[in-house]
Amino acid sequence: MSKNLISDSSEWSFPLLERFDREIGRLARDVYGLDTYANQIEVISSEQMIDAYSSVGLPINYPHWSFGKQFVATEQTYRRGQMGLAYEIVINSDPCIAYLMEENTLPMQALVIAHACYGHNSFFKGNYLFRTWTSADAIIDYLVFARRYIAECEERYGEAEVEMLLDSCHALMNHGVDRYKRPTPLTLAEEQRRQKDRAAYLQSMVNDLWRTLPTFDVDGGGEQDVRWPEEPQENLLYFIEKNAPLLEPWQREIVRIVRKLGQYFYPQRQTQVMNEGWATFWHYTLMNHLYDDGFVTDGFMIEFLQSHTGVVFQPTFDVPYYNGINPYALGFAMMRDIRRICEQPTDEDRHWFPDIAGGDWLKALDFAMRNFKDESFVAQYLSPTVMRDLRLFAISDDDREEHLEVTAIHEEQGYRALRQSLAEQYNLGSREPNIQVFNVDRRGDRSMTLRHYRHNRRPLGDSVEEMLRHIRRLWGFTVRLETLDENGRTQLIGEC
Amino acid sequence: MSHFIDRRLNGKNKSTVNRQRFLKRYKSQLKRSVADAVNRRSITDIDSGERVGIPSKDISEPVFHHGKGGIRDMVHPGNKDFVTGDRIRRPEGGGGEGSGQGKAGKGGKGDDDFVFELSREEFMDLLFDDLELPNLVRNQLMGTTEFKTIRAGYSTDGSPSNIDVVRSLKGAIARRTAIGAPLRARARELEEELQTLLDGGTDETDARVREIREEIDRLRTRIAALPFIDTFDLRYQSFTKLPEPTSKAVMVCIMDVSGSMDQVRKNLAKRFFILLYLFLQRNYDKIDVVFIRHHTIAQEVDEQEFFYSRETGGTVVSSALNLAYDILKERYDSSVWNIYAAQASDGDNWDSDSTVCRDLLVEKLMPLMRYFAYVEITPRQHQSLWYAYQEVRAMHRHFAMQEIDGPEDIFPVFRELFRRQAA
Repeated sequence: MSKNLISDSSEWSFPLLERFDREIGRLARDVYGLDTYANQIEVISSEQMIDAYSSVGLPINYPHWSFGKQFVATEQTYRRGQMGLAYEIVINSDPCIAYLMEENTLPMQALVIAHACYGHNSFFKGNYLFRTWTSADAIIDYLVFARRYIAECEERYGEAEVEMLLDSCHALMNHGVDRYKRPTPLTLAEEQRRQKDRAAYLQSMVNDLWRTLPTFDVDGGGEQDVRWPEEPQENLLYFIEKNAPLLEPWQREIVRIVRKLGQYFYPQRQTQVMNEGWATFWHYTLMNHLYDDGFVTDGFMIEFLQSHTGVVFQPTFDVPYYNGINPYALGFAMMRDIRRICEQPTDEDRHWFPDIAGGDWLKALDFAMRNFKDESFVAQYLSPTVMRDLRLFAISDDDREEHLEVTAIHEEQGYRALRQSLAEQYNLGSREPNIQVFNVDRRGDRSMTLRHYRHNRRPLGDSVEEMLRHIRRLWGFTVRLETLDENGRTQLIGEC
Repeated sequence: MSHFIDRRLNGKNKSTVNRQRFLKRYKSQLKRSVADAVNRRSITDIDSGERVGIPSKDISEPVFHHGKGGIRDMVHPGNKDFVTGDRIRRPEGGGGEGSGQGKAGKGGKGDDDFVFELSREEFMDLLFDDLELPNLVRNQLMGTTEFKTIRAGYSTDGSPSNIDVVRSLKGAIARRTAIGAPLRARARELEEELQTLLDGGTDETDARVREIREEIDRLRTRIAALPFIDTFDLRYQSFTKLPEPTSKAVMVCIMDVSGSMDQVRKNLAKRFFILLYLFLQRNYDKIDVVFIRHHTIAQEVDEQEFFYSRETGGTVVSSALNLAYDILKERYDSSVWNIYAAQASDGDNWDSDSTVCRDLLVEKLMPLMRYFAYVEITPRQHQSLWYAYQEVRAMHRHFAMQEIDGPEDIFPVFRELFRRQAA
């Protein structure tokens, strides 16, 4: 028995959790140099976990039926045993809140602490997307504000009215981000103070924009038919919030709330592979370190490895339950490979990664974690070794061809194409349709024209009509959607 | 650095409001499910939750997404024998949607219905909604056991209005006695010593005497300082809630199953019987249900046969009433059992039989009954049975009759019943 041994029982208790946290935290900080927010670790029951699930993982949120639907679905599958609950939920906030389920055994709790409280936590704090797009110290306060504001609106304008508005905003949630502008930070007090001014100011601006009094043209020249907005706008929610003619100030505020939430989730959608890979890599490394130092028993490790291998398992494309590439598996493999390239580089690695081969692995990993998102991370770091290990291959599916074509496989000639193709697969820009506000007929019927920039001839799905109804509800006047194809021709595909 | 919080005792129903909103939004679909469930279920089994389904497309939350077609490049793992340039036949159902998101546990394909469980309360609420029951009645039906408040001794906490003065003061005396006892004993000892000293001729100015006197004074002050009453002494009368003892009831369901009663009418009748059952269940501990169906002959049957078998032929209502009377006489003594009866019919009867029915009811059955409810499910003119029963109603206040067109007409029959119970 090692003198370091923490416990050989599988039952957890608060003193034991604290002990584990101390040791894991010490390793993470002193040995591996992970920089984290303070942790707030909350132990909850499985019912509470279902609750947490259904409000998209946020500790507080405004009420909406879609969260209820999520709740009902989760509860149902969980009760029927079709699905286990995630072992943890972690919230990108400062302090970083992590939930542990009380049903977990001690090894599971230790794994979760390592995974969430040091893995995800350091990712939230370090990655440039999270640093740019989210304000960890303010999100909880903002949610409090949002919840209260929406409750107030429901009281004043009726639940149904607010619900309709939220439905429409949710539909456009993925189109509420300015990709190239740093959003302003949020704080509760600030938000409340500014909200009032904003309401008044916004309304006056909108009124100005839509003023119908004739203006006297000094030079007598008629209004030119200038397109407006001058540049197409990709942030539909922002455009609507600022410019929709008929929205009341409170409605604009709600649009803004949904937009801000969408923005908060924006980095998460783009760093799934990295984030999970990073956290998985660290729980793996930290647990093994604990084991090497004699803090845990063999039995503990076996239980840990069992769930770890379950998490990083990648089914091959030809099994019935194959469901795409497992982000945990890919991320973990890549992170581990970066360490290998630094520690035991081969000639191939030296050729592909001259910058990091043989270097300090901690530095290399830290750099990778801070400065990339899934798309660029894959493009930069997917090594031939990983492609070979996962036996990746790229398929091109062209609806004009009768057959699918294998365009690249894990071989010398295919590595670059394969890497390029996988990176593209994680590019949010090509995963989601590119739809922008193209024109608003300010002088005429106030109709708004959206333009879908088609890529690779991929058409829009069958939700177009319903989506147009939602947008019309927000805009208040006719909404048209046209597609611009590869040859520069536009075609009207919907009007509402 | 890390901070642990135990949240397990916090509320777990954070999502209740969201769940309610979800149910509210899809009320019409759910009502349909509930109606189906009612027709499928046994009367005595009505009082529980239910699995219901909503078509998935109704509850989808739309977003802009790519449709099928165009060029799509996908990377997959687990290559076995493909080489670059291989051409593969397109698999059925299009290429995999996989982008690594993974919808955990959706069990692969075919979720065309969003199925989930309604709790008992939610189920009943939707059912009552269908029957247009007023809230008061809803509560009466939904409520579980009635409680009676009884005395249960004394407790150390409670509301000030429940303080028992005598008990509290007794406690105070006991406390003062107990805490003061050693002090008084010591004082007595000292007094005795003082007495001996004084008797022995010791002078008042003697150091020891003065010391004893001071000590005694100190003890007396301490005894006097014992609080007269302390929060520790307070005793409250304690009350506890005891479930009201309830008794037994039997419900006799009588239904005309002649050819003219089709399934729609039977389902209506079933709602009516369900409501009566629920009402009885709320009031009685044990309920027996007797099913009697009749055309020209009456027969006691089980529930399945009662609602779902088809018969044809004429109608002689008195046969059922006679059978009911026999069963009650034989099995259900009216001094032990509360007897309720509900009869559903389309109003058809042999003309000459209606007066027989009236006499049977008035003379034999009504004296045994707590309540007899008759519903006529018919769009047509009333026939002789209706008029015969009207005479019964004139004579007996616990006889109710009603004509029913749809489920919303069922409730009025109960209005009187509930009013009577409330009184």
